[in-house]
Amino acid sequence: MAEERIIIAGFGGQGIMFMGKLLCYAGMMEDRHVTYMPSYGAEVRGGTAYCNVIISSEEIPSPVVSDPTAAIIMNMPSLAKFEAAVVKKGLMVVNSSLVTRAAKRKDIELIPVPATSIADRLGNTRVANMVALGGFLAKRAVVDIATVTAAIQEILPASRSHLIEVNRQAIAEGKIYVEAHSSAAIWSKLTRGFGFA
Amino acid sequence: MSRKGLMCGNEAMAEAAITAGCRCYFGYPITPQNEVTAYMSRRMPEVGGQFVQSESEVAAINMVFGAAAIGARAFTSSSSPGISLMQEGISYLAGNELPSVIVNIMRGGPGLGNIGPSQADYFQATRGGGHGDYRTIVLAPASVQELADQMFLAFDLADKYRNPVMVIADGVLGQIVEPVEFSPKETANLPKKDWALTGCSGRAPNKIRSLVLGDNELLEHNRKLQAKYRAMEESEIRYESLETDGADIILVAYGSPSRTCRSLLKKYRQEGYRIGLFRPITLWPFPYKALAEAAHGSRMVLVVEMSAGQLVEDVRLALLNDSIIRLLGKPGGEVIQSHEVQSEIEKIIEEFKIKGR
Repeated sequence: MAEERIIIAGFGGQGIMFMGKLLCYAGMMEDRHVTYMPSYGAEVRGGTAYCNVIISSEEIPSPVVSDPTAAIIMNMPSLAKFEAAVVKKGLMVVNSSLVTRAAKRKDIELIPVPATSIADRLGNTRVANMVALGGFLAKRAVVDIATVTAAIQEILPASRSHLIEVNRQAIAEGKIYVEAHSSAAIWSKLTRGFGFA
Repeated sequence: MSRKGLMCGNEAMAEAAITAGCRCYFGYPITPQNEVTAYMSRRMPEVGGQFVQSESEVAAINMVFGAAAIGARAFTSSSSPGISLMQEGISYLAGNELPSVIVNIMRGGPGLGNIGPSQADYFQATRGGGHGDYRTIVLAPASVQELADQMFLAFDLADKYRNPVMVIADGVLGQIVEPVEFSPKETANLPKKDWALTGCSGRAPNKIRSLVLGDNELLEHNRKLQAKYRAMEESEIRYESLETDGADIILVAYGSPSRTCRSLLKKYRQEGYRIGLFRPITLWPFPYKALAEAAHGSRMVLVVEMSAGQLVEDVRLALLNDSIIRLLGKPGGEVIQSHEVQSEIEKIIEEFKIKGR
């Protein structure tokens, strides 16, 4: 992989920045070149939050992602904001629990993951971000999942260490979900079900 | 596995200042450099230093003055509108020859502007936004690692020359998170601060003041300052010159736009075009001579900057030939996209019928 340019977007509180920082940290642990840039601005609580992550085998020029090779979309407004930006044949992982409208793009790989529902089943709705991340990593193995798990331990403050396990589970569930649904026939049925076809 | 840390530019700069022995930070929050203030408020008490959130930027720069006057390593940071408020204080620091470090994480202007990344304070930093014939060394990092490294350098240069040193970076560099490690290189033989106000029992009192009224005294003081500035021009010029030898097109950029240029360099080189990149690292003293040498024999020099055209004036002074200089300038706190630089390069290639492979 030469360079993966990723946009992660959702609303404030969904752990968007944590996803970005985690990916970036894991990339660094694997000695890749990485940059992470949060959106900063006059943002409002509950408004759209997004970040740019680049993981590359070579030195990274600009940290600003204008043409993402992949996007992780956690809510509806983010789909509207970033759908058009993804490059042709790029990847878009969508939290289908919250995004109910169909994507317009037909020239990208669309992966719906009911991240919030899976997180709820795990007993913590806040790990929906990790479910989506697991789904993303199933499609684009930019870093090893074991590294991501190790990175969680590094990043989470000691007071949150009891959450490591549920985060790890969430990543695993997201990956399993996408792998289990990657057979073409099931996939087409499923995407239709979510209104993506 | 690497043992590097992952930090945003603002945090890295703050930690580097502490590693460099700075125990006095004064500042007032402003986007996009708020992480410095936040980081220092937590970190300074841990290392036994002083963090003061001042009532304004005017107060902050004068607190730096006070701390520098007693010989402490002092530092303040802000973003464009706040740096404007500090200009009087910077002139006083320069006049009194007080070592100090001022960081500007630039945002869109003029006025309150916006909070987007910008490079529109180049004139202010390199020409001196305050009054009087003074100069400050101006460093321009292009990555989180360089932000950290240049903080070490900034404190050393400030002490070496008894002069304020500025570090200026666009908002992107304050915000991006990249791997960073802290490995200060110490400058040998920094002068003793025997001029500092440390209590004069057993010695003649030191004076720090910039009001100089005696016959020719201010003239003499200015000559001394100018001699110091010449010494900086002699010894402190820094730049990076990448594949400029025999290049048809030379891109000139600093800060984050230089990174966009660097990636294009690779792309065009692969297609067989001879394109180079010249990146000034000290914006003052500016590498005039080095740029003139690098650009010798090139068809066109393209200046890429996030302002309406400020760096380009130094390029003009370096080359003294406007016919080979083009500007891609974008003001208003907006990032220059790779395709914008690319389309300028394509225009030059077409116009001058420059051949690739």
